[in-house]
Amino acid sequence: MPLVAVAQTLDVAKPLTLRSGVVLPSYTLAYETYGQLNADASNAVLVCHALNASHHVAGVYQQNDGSLEAKSTGWWDNMVGPGKPLDTNRYFVIGVNNIGSCFGSSGPASINPATGQVWGADFPVVTVQDWVNTQAALLDALGIEQLAAVMGGSLGGMQALSWTLQYPDRVRHAVIVASAPNLTAENIAFNEVARRAIVTDPDFFEGHYRAHNTLPRRGLRIARMIGHITYLSDDVMNAKFGRSLRRAADELRAGDAPADYFYSTQDVEFEIESYLRYQGDKFAEYFDANTYLLITRALDYFDPAREHGGVLSAALAHAKAKFLLVSFSTDWRFAPSRSREIVQALLQNKHAVSYAEIDAPHGHDAFLLDDARYHGVVRAYFDQAVAVQGRAS
Amino acid sequence: MSTDQTMQALANLVPVGSHVLDLGCGDGGMLAYLQQHRQCTGYGVEIDDTKVKACVAAGVSVLQLNLDEGLSMFDDNAFDVVLQLDTLQHLRNAEVMLRETARVGRIGVVAFPNFAHWPNRLQVLMGRMPVTKRLPYQWYNTPNIRVATFADFEVLATANGLHIDESFGLHAGQVKRWMPNALASTAVFKFHK
Repeated sequence: MPLVAVAQTLDVAKPLTLRSGVVLPSYTLAYETYGQLNADASNAVLVCHALNASHHVAGVYQQNDGSLEAKSTGWWDNMVGPGKPLDTNRYFVIGVNNIGSCFGSSGPASINPATGQVWGADFPVVTVQDWVNTQAALLDALGIEQLAAVMGGSLGGMQALSWTLQYPDRVRHAVIVASAPNLTAENIAFNEVARRAIVTDPDFFEGHYRAHNTLPRRGLRIARMIGHITYLSDDVMNAKFGRSLRRAADELRAGDAPADYFYSTQDVEFEIESYLRYQGDKFAEYFDANTYLLITRALDYFDPAREHGGVLSAALAHAKAKFLLVSFSTDWRFAPSRSREIVQALLQNKHAVSYAEIDAPHGHDAFLLDDARYHGVVRAYFDQAVAVQGRAS
Repeated sequence: MSTDQTMQALANLVPVGSHVLDLGCGDGGMLAYLQQHRQCTGYGVEIDDTKVKACVAAGVSVLQLNLDEGLSMFDDNAFDVVLQLDTLQHLRNAEVMLRETARVGRIGVVAFPNFAHWPNRLQVLMGRMPVTKRLPYQWYNTPNIRVATFADFEVLATANGLHIDESFGLHAGQVKRWMPNALASTAVFKFHK
């Protein structure tokens, strides 16, 4: 029997003052939990999501008739679950959808209680710090004073890092995978291209496309295509697609000789084009365009060193957690050198930190894939470091 | 080189409560020992995936880095003690790493197989490269790309302006202070800059 996930919601009535100064009078959080919270509430692990994921970290959904819903597996199911590296037989794991997202928490696609209308472009700009504050509110509601660990990859890793700075007494360990202390100019540039693709779509209507009963699908598709390119490595893209022709593959299957080019600029010629278009089309149907804008902006704004004269080690001086960082050799969107910057800042503070640099070919996507070396280190960390300290405290 | 006696002899060179960097820390055994018996803190550096996992499983903080890329991650005098135990002989840039060891630590402790141990000399006299328990490889498959003697290291350390505080040989878990260059399979040096 696989792990069955049940989505829940929490309505928070306490107003939230965002980094921007805007006050959100109330908000809803969609979340899931797996495993059992122990008697002294010391085994909780919060898993933070990245750009397009959600609170549905692990397990599958069950339908009303008791059957399991097809294709409903959580986004980090290879990492989290019974007997998995983050073992839900031992830990109480929490996944939460961040506000501004589009999977059940308050965001641009949800209703603004003040107006009764969809928020659309009026949903305020949110930051990583704002998300961490809402996650802390969820812990309060669940009766958890201190996390055994907070864990995340990519933008999720930024939230984990921010936890150790915003709530140093509420987190014992931080597991930060394929992340960075801030985005580089190149990284912001990719985000900006994606945002421009969305906002220049004629169906965008300045973010109020739902009021016009449409969606800026063309912009979202292109945003997703750009994203996908940056999540893969050159090598893995070549290994997977190379210069294979879409039509040639079809005709080879039919037993015909490989075809010549179409000599067309518009048709899908290469397999890689077909793959990117498919990913773009799929994404444009389920993801909210305003959410894409908000979350890429939260990525751009994250920079904990900024308030400390740009000195990351000064920012980390207040952290009390112990750290595990993991990066992947071919990840050029969140390169190993960026993880090493965090490691170096932790060393300068003599904080406990382990760092694994996994030689994997898959680019940024590697953090979501099943790799024995990567999962082995995470498993060892949860089995040893997190568990031992849990018993001691 | 990891019998209990050997580990103890090396651990005795590390002051109690030291902040330690162990270069090429293997499975983290020495750091775990220092944490438990000498109240030390610190990190190991290791390149091998399996050993990195073993360190984490042993409760040792470990950083997966390639020592051939240097120690730029670490600030000057960041550590009380820097260990290079059975690491030196694998390094392409052994001299640079010795200087780097002295830069990031106040005290350095180096241990490596002593090529001048008498059974090695005997085998060379017989016309063959030595193969022993301590140096178990053939010349064509050895990972020990820097073979040196006890006496050689004294020369290198002095040439780099390092002051040797203590040096001895180790053989079969025993400390050898008399004629270590001939009578010990392992050379051990403790130095400061």
